[in-house]
Amino acid sequence: MWGFTRAGKPRKNGEGQTYWTLPGSVHPPENKTQSLVNAIQAMPLVREYVVPLNQHIGAFALPCVDVGQHVLKGELIAEAAGFISAPAHAPTSGEVIAIEERQVPHASGLTTSCIIIRADGKDQWRPREPWDDLQSHRVADILARVQRSGVTGLGGASFPTAVKLSSDRDHIDTLIVNGTECEPYITADHSLMRERAAAVYAGINVVDHLYHFNRILVAIEDNKPDAIVAMRQAIPDHLKERVEVRTFPTRYPSGGEKQLIYILTGREVPSGGLPLDIGMLCHNVGTLAALSDAVFHDEPLLRRITTVTGEAVARPGNYDTLIGTPMRELCRVAGVNTDKADRVIMGGPMMGFALPHTDLPVVKATNCLLIPTGTELPLPGVAQPCIRCGLCEQACPASLLPQQLMWFAQAKELDKAEDHRLFDCIECGACAYVCPSNIPLVQYYRAAKGQIRQEQAEHKQAERARVRFEARQARLDREAAEKEAKRQERAAAAARANAAKLAAAASDSTDVSDAVERAKSKHPDKPTAATPPALTTEQLTAKLSNLTGRVAKAESKLAEARADAPEQVKALETTVNKLQEQIKKVQADLARAEEQN
Amino acid sequence: MALLTITSPHTVSNTSVQKIMLTVWAATLPGFLALVVFFGWGYLINAILAVTTALVAEAVIVRLRRRPVWTCLSDGSAMLTAWLLALALPPFAPWWVTVVGVLAAIVFAKHLYGGLGHNPFNPAMVGYALLLISFPLEMTTRWATPDALLLDGHSFYIAWTAVFGDLNPLQIDAFTMATPLDTYKYDIAALTQAEVLQQGIFAKGYRAYGWEWVSLLYLIGGVVLIFRKVITWHTPVALLLTLSVMALLFSWDGDTRVPLSLHLLGGATMLGAFFIATDPVSSATSNRGKLVYGAGIGLLIYVIRTWGNYPDAVAFAVLLMNFAAPLIDYYTRPRAYGENTNQREGL
Ligand code: SF4
Ligand code: SF4
Repeated sequence: MWGFTRAGKPRKNGEGQTYWTLPGSVHPPENKTQSLVNAIQAMPLVREYVVPLNQHIGAFALPCVDVGQHVLKGELIAEAAGFISAPAHAPTSGEVIAIEERQVPHASGLTTSCIIIRADGKDQWRPREPWDDLQSHRVADILARVQRSGVTGLGGASFPTAVKLSSDRDHIDTLIVNGTECEPYITADHSLMRERAAAVYAGINVVDHLYHFNRILVAIEDNKPDAIVAMRQAIPDHLKERVEVRTFPTRYPSGGEKQLIYILTGREVPSGGLPLDIGMLCHNVGTLAALSDAVFHDEPLLRRITTVTGEAVARPGNYDTLIGTPMRELCRVAGVNTDKADRVIMGGPMMGFALPHTDLPVVKATNCLLIPTGTELPLPGVAQPCIRCGLCEQACPASLLPQQLMWFAQAKELDKAEDHRLFDCIECGACAYVCPSNIPLVQYYRAAKGQIRQEQAEHKQAERARVRFEARQARLDREAAEKEAKRQERAAAAARANAAKLAAAASDSTDVSDAVERAKSKHPDKPTAATPPALTTEQLTAKLSNLTGRVAKAESKLAEARADAPEQVKALETTVNKLQEQIKKVQADLARAEEQN
Repeated sequence: MALLTITSPHTVSNTSVQKIMLTVWAATLPGFLALVVFFGWGYLINAILAVTTALVAEAVIVRLRRRPVWTCLSDGSAMLTAWLLALALPPFAPWWVTVVGVLAAIVFAKHLYGGLGHNPFNPAMVGYALLLISFPLEMTTRWATPDALLLDGHSFYIAWTAVFGDLNPLQIDAFTMATPLDTYKYDIAALTQAEVLQQGIFAKGYRAYGWEWVSLLYLIGGVVLIFRKVITWHTPVALLLTLSVMALLFSWDGDTRVPLSLHLLGGATMLGAFFIATDPVSSATSNRGKLVYGAGIGLLIYVIRTWGNYPDAVAFAVLLMNFAAPLIDYYTRPRAYGENTNQREGL
């Protein structure tokens, strides 16, 4: 309203490429070199693998193997359940020894159904069917293959890639390849780009084949010079025209999807929207490499590169790890000194979460295990009162007012927090990082978001209960009406029979009309016919509009139910059908009434 | 191993409340030293007295409020409040003036509102304003003339007696009635600019001799704070710009009104712009808000100095804008990433 624009502005980097500066953002010590000394190392086979059935955003996969069954590496062991879901595969050949609840890496110490496989040590693949090119395959087949491969976003959010790739193809013209990796310590993507750039481009090829982008922007922070060189050299000839490897200064959190889009293009993803709303698609480099393995080599997502680092690690580095590998084994191989460590963080120091122990499997989202010593990442001091210094606001990449959000969250003024764009907070932690009072700001936002979501869920549930109640009420009314109609019919039939009897008797008696009168007087206010009293045209019209309204309402509820309450779909469908029948009847009545007039 | 499960982020930058307060304090030091050099020991005596009083008062009230005493004392905020107040008081203010001012700042303006971070008004300026209203004589007649330290009447003995004894200020040469701003304002009504500048307070051919150096050193300290990211540039720049524009518009004739140079360098302007108005707790929060807030203070400083009755307007200007800060915050909320402000309610 004051005519100011956002803090960011376009600038040129050393190579003359344009980038937009994020408002806010921070630059914590990078600590990346430790884990980059060596090349990616393969994590050796271990005895047992634990494959959780929900490693992604969306519905749990359904197991399709039995305990005791022998499986081959890459064999499907759990099927995707529904649209937003991803299947799971055996990470190596062996025997399924259990399907049971196990604790999985999750901020709340959740347990999840897992399939436990005892490796037979042969690591024997199921038959594979590699593809040499994409041209000879139909788009639907490619998508199906991606869906079957269980590839999810490897950048952190673990969204099923097949779902992302089935989004509308007409409006997307830009592919953003996220090789930013802005969190300190993590170098999984860095080492991947450095060593497997060709695989990343093969993955880009797949996506490009589906979308035909106008431009493909490969985004890498300038603290990864060797990765930048590798990615530039590996650009395939046919993509040279459209691929641009863009670099920009290292700041946290430039790797956030929305932040990255702003840095590269100066454009913002609308609040609550997705990059595709502004014609962009964003994929992490690890995801693209996995996509290439899946499509060309028929290798489902069985492994990922995990950085193991921190001062308590003797051999920090990047480990090519099978999904399901117990973290304790990975820690053993990397030489974690458990006496020195006070935390094991999955992810980086800014957004990662501390694990309760290491008896947890590596999952698709395990990009890093950070095991710092107490002196390396000291615990924050006791939280002090907010001095409103505003440092948090200067640091916020989303231009929010972190301290106000914190006050609102504290005071449970959730509507105000929402009004101050709580849900635009990406929980990057930049505000908490700079806060001189050591206030755990992000915790407040998580709690407030949780509360709001819970309230919304409760509201939805109440709404569902109301729908159920109304449906039941409608059914009862309908049944009562049907009963009444039947009763009337029976009564009318009885009256007719009676009248016939009287008429027969009247051939003897002369007082027929009298008898008929008597028969009629039994139901003085009911017409003798079973048809309900004819309605006027206006009444019919009113009824019709009423019914149309009700059917529209029922239909919208049905659509809602289809999305999130499948158990109600049947009942609602019946309601809609019934209502439509009624409408037809009334319309017919109306037509008749109009004809008569 | 017993692992800790704390939430992210797991690393924090190297700031603390204490460091921020100490940095601000350190940034005032050059200006403070200049004050002592030009205007005598009174400033040092006052500062020590104020800080001691503040620490004792803070300890007592924190104890009463059942908070950890050491944590509160060590955050440096009470010390800084008292220090800033001491810099604003006349150097020869009697001891009880200083003590009353500090108590008002710490006890009333800060802790009765809930302690650090909760006070809607700048505590130092509350103390100052209270003193100015309650003890106008002591607050306006206890200023010193600028002169070399320990020469003339600027001995430690005189300062000490002025503060703790009952020295009649009017009998001592070293005292003056008021600050240069004040003197200029009242004398210009009868005299020409050249005549006004003959006054002792403007001696040695400089305007506001001594005050200029102090102000420039505050300015430098403030710029250091901006570069160290302790404060942002928005409030001071908006304040100084607005004040300058007002002075250029209405004081272009030095023969009728206090000129721009004196507005900027002759009073508490620089102290106010970089150290008082930037007090985060009581000011507007967003960058845009700070621009509005600073501009408001600059405007009010000029208005009160020129058309009001108080000699230096910084305290009242700051307090008035403290009132407005929540409103400014409401209307200057930055646009969040991806937010379409047209949808925002009420705007
Ligand atoms: S950084 Fe911390 S102390 Fe400063 S305003 Fe934000 S929450 Fe308050
Ligand atoms: S965690 Fe949220 S409020 Fe804090 S800096 Fe990040 S986006 Fe802003």
